Amino acid sequence: MAVGAHEAHGHHEENFVSKYIFSHDHKMISKQFLLTAVFMGVVAMLLSILFRIQLGWPEESSDFLHAFLGDRWAPDGILDRNMYLGLVTMHGTIMVFFLLTGGLSGTFSNLLIPYQIGARDMASGFMNMLSYWLFFLSSAIMIISLFIETGPAMAGWTVYPPLSALPQAVPGSGLGMTLWLTSMAIFIASSLIGSLNYIVTVLNLRTKGMHMTRMPLTIWAFFVTAVLGLLSFPVLFSAALLLIMDRTMGTSFYLSDIIVGGEMLDNTGGSPLLYQHLFWFLGHPEVYIVLLPALGLSSEIISTNSRKPIFGYRAMIGSILAIGFLSFIVWGHHMFVTGMNPFLGSVFVFTTLLIAIPSAVKVFNYLTTLWRGSIVYTPAMLFAVGMVSTFITGGVTGIILADSALDIAVHDTYFVVAHFHVVMGMSAVFGMFAGVYHWFPKMYGKMMNTRLGYVHFWTTLISGYGVFFPMHFVGIAGAPRRYYDYSVYETFDANQFEIIFELNQIISVFAILGGFAQLIFLYNFFYSIYRGPKAVQNPWKSNTLEWTTPVEHIHGNWPGALPEVHRWPYDYSKPGAEEDFIPQIVPLAEGEEEH
Amino acid sequence: MKFIALIVIVLGIIAVAQLMRVYELTSKLRNRREEEIELRDNKMNANLMLLFMFIFFGSFLWMVARYGAGGIPVAASVEGVGYDWLMGLNLIIILLVFFLTNGLLFWFAYKYYKKPGVKAYWYPHNNKLELLWTVVPSIVLAVIIILGLKNWNERQGASGEDAIRVELYSKQFDWTVRYAGEDNVLGKFDYKLINGNNPLGLATRNTIDARVQEMDSLIKAAEDRINNPDNIFSVESMEKMRGDLASKERIYLRLKQLQNLHNDSLDVYAYDDIVKPSNTKLVLCKGREYEFSFRAEDIIHSAFFPHFRAQINTVPGMVTRMKFTPSMTTEEMRKELNDDDFQYILMCNKICGASHSNMKLFVEVLDEAQYNEWWTQEIAENTFKK
Repeated sequence: MAVGAHEAHGHHEENFVSKYIFSHDHKMISKQFLLTAVFMGVVAMLLSILFRIQLGWPEESSDFLHAFLGDRWAPDGILDRNMYLGLVTMHGTIMVFFLLTGGLSGTFSNLLIPYQIGARDMASGFMNMLSYWLFFLSSAIMIISLFIETGPAMAGWTVYPPLSALPQAVPGSGLGMTLWLTSMAIFIASSLIGSLNYIVTVLNLRTKGMHMTRMPLTIWAFFVTAVLGLLSFPVLFSAALLLIMDRTMGTSFYLSDIIVGGEMLDNTGGSPLLYQHLFWFLGHPEVYIVLLPALGLSSEIISTNSRKPIFGYRAMIGSILAIGFLSFIVWGHHMFVTGMNPFLGSVFVFTTLLIAIPSAVKVFNYLTTLWRGSIVYTPAMLFAVGMVSTFITGGVTGIILADSALDIAVHDTYFVVAHFHVVMGMSAVFGMFAGVYHWFPKMYGKMMNTRLGYVHFWTTLISGYGVFFPMHFVGIAGAPRRYYDYSVYETFDANQFEIIFELNQIISVFAILGGFAQLIFLYNFFYSIYRGPKAVQNPWKSNTLEWTTPVEHIHGNWPGALPEVHRWPYDYSKPGAEEDFIPQIVPLAEGEEEH
Repeated sequence: MKFIALIVIVLGIIAVAQLMRVYELTSKLRNRREEEIELRDNKMNANLMLLFMFIFFGSFLWMVARYGAGGIPVAASVEGVGYDWLMGLNLIIILLVFFLTNGLLFWFAYKYYKKPGVKAYWYPHNNKLELLWTVVPSIVLAVIIILGLKNWNERQGASGEDAIRVELYSKQFDWTVRYAGEDNVLGKFDYKLINGNNPLGLATRNTIDARVQEMDSLIKAAEDRINNPDNIFSVESMEKMRGDLASKERIYLRLKQLQNLHNDSLDVYAYDDIVKPSNTKLVLCKGREYEFSFRAEDIIHSAFFPHFRAQINTVPGMVTRMKFTPSMTTEEMRKELNDDDFQYILMCNKICGASHSNMKLFVEVLDEAQYNEWWTQEIAENTFKK
């Protein structure tokens, strides 16, 4: 049946537009997502370097700032105070949503779901195309908002009203905020269409023998991620819609008893906390929407390159499901000091700390997978090991922040910034890098340069920890985030001012180094697309189905019939086997137990 | 200078590209394939894993020695001392986990790199082990949760009968203090009553009547401007003026409602309140419990007292609260830190616009004798209605 459909497809004439632009093919769409994400990631990183220059060397004139921001936002090379807030807001928004949500899921769910479950393509190629182009449109609007006269959104990436609702409070809450909300609404539509497609594909298009309990952990992670997105993004959509109404139609969902810029507003009865509940109802699952794909990719890469089965496959699936479920009932831990009822806070302490259990299980299972392995250090494997290290480092500080009693004095300080950057800025990004290095041969049919990959990994690991580790010290000292500078400390504690100043400089130096390190990746990535050596069919000696497809992409993925699956994907170094890997398509030998 | 820098960068890029080319050609000559990781590369990365672990842990310990807790002084409130104890305990737990798991990770990454002739150990699962690392973290977390919630409930619970009541009012970009006066009860307020004479909008029969009158004349003036045939306005400004007028009328109606429902017997609570000009430091008494309430005029701010380990957001349209008991005077803390210029501080810790990082209020903690002296003078001179 599926074969028949494929043959019918084969007669389509492909022209440039249908092949490269409005493509329905999951492999092309995956590449489109990746390239857009790389571009967005570079922009967001550049924004962070601009504000790190301000934080490291406040009050010093910088040609670099002036070159990028001009007289409007950096007169005499000194960063404008409002633009500082704009930079942090846009950095956060782009990184979280465009690189790590759209980019990460968009690239790898698209590439790997059909490949690894043995499908010809996504359930709906048209919806898949629509998902990408909505993502592209929302990216374009978000980028455009950087260039308007009143500046981009300046209310932080969480855009809490009333700040985000009142242009009188900050200039970015004018047109900048309108564009932000428009972009996010489109982004959410893209994400929903994508998620729906991933879920349907995983449930319906698995090839013969690919039971749910034989799926690679990547697919499990993408599947749960898609479910999380499908259930939580609509809530953010509602939140954004109500905010748009408050801004344009005079409603009072989030506004009450406000005097701003000398003007008394007649809004009454709204609650700013309502927005926060709606935002974090997405916002916390969102953290796992970012993280689960990274964990899934790393599971696959660690197992393949340790030449060992992933330890506790079923426990890993259980952990993914548990994390997915719990992520919906923990959002209140972002709101311990917002004025939310303290009793409700206690409930969220309990649920939040529960989520540490499946996370701990995952970490120990990774460790046991490495134990007595036969580790091959491909660049992907290095990044996967780095992913586990940062997942640990960022995870343990989460225990402090989940504990409402302890959150009080570190809430909204650099301790929080350190925590979520180690988890998202390092762990999730490392997972994404690992994925790119590992599946580059599948995407482009070429090999990336291994040695440049090594240099990229080690410089990125060192500069990443160099940036985010000192932030814990700044944060435990109580230094608030989103401060233009820390000169206020000079007025009450000169000693602490010195310490924070020095740490900020160290952080900024590492941030700039980290920026340069990514140039190595960009060079390697683009150079290899054009001039990299040609890849072989199964370069990493891996078991999963994608490596049974031809190197040159073909429509429908497999030239003949779809492959049939006979075993789980982790038969590495199985006793009795000659090779140290047995692909999933190899039937069980006589008397062989599955695992 | 810039030109030279540019040339250096361009030459650098060319050099790297050439080196890559050389590397590529030698790889081709030696028949090296990117996917086949050589033993020496494997070994190098394994060694780097171990080296990195030492640098990582070493620099962490160095930073602890050099920066400690980032230079924040010991806690200056009773609750803060409890906070520091709990934080210390939790830090010990998470650091143990951090060193143990990261240590194992880098050790395994170092030890088990692929060596010729060695096959990986087939070990797909072990239910006992998995149970172990489900149960042990659960027990540790149970301890963390119980201790944390106990502390949280104590801190969020009601303050004592004799706690001193103080209100802190926030707006872009300053703080205003209101003390409750001799009766230790804060008078009622309403945001619609705020004007130049009544910056915190205290509600008494007088302030309400005055504000109703003021609003009435503002509305009349606006109507006159709109209806005067001599004035010529553009369509947009006319629309805006009509909108403003409608908004004023809605506020007026609600003011009238307030006027009708107001209970005069409550006015005495407001009369003895002490409203300081904005940006005037907050004065506290050592050893007395404080019940703070918070309001925001425009957007969300956050009242963050790092030295007392206390924080709560201030939210337009609702009143938030916290309590703490200062345990060290400013003088005592100055001696402790050996810094005569040290001050306690209240900082804004929720993004609130351009001057967010400058929105602060100094806090001074006095001992009881000094405090009583200061208080007597305030009561005599600065009450809302002398």
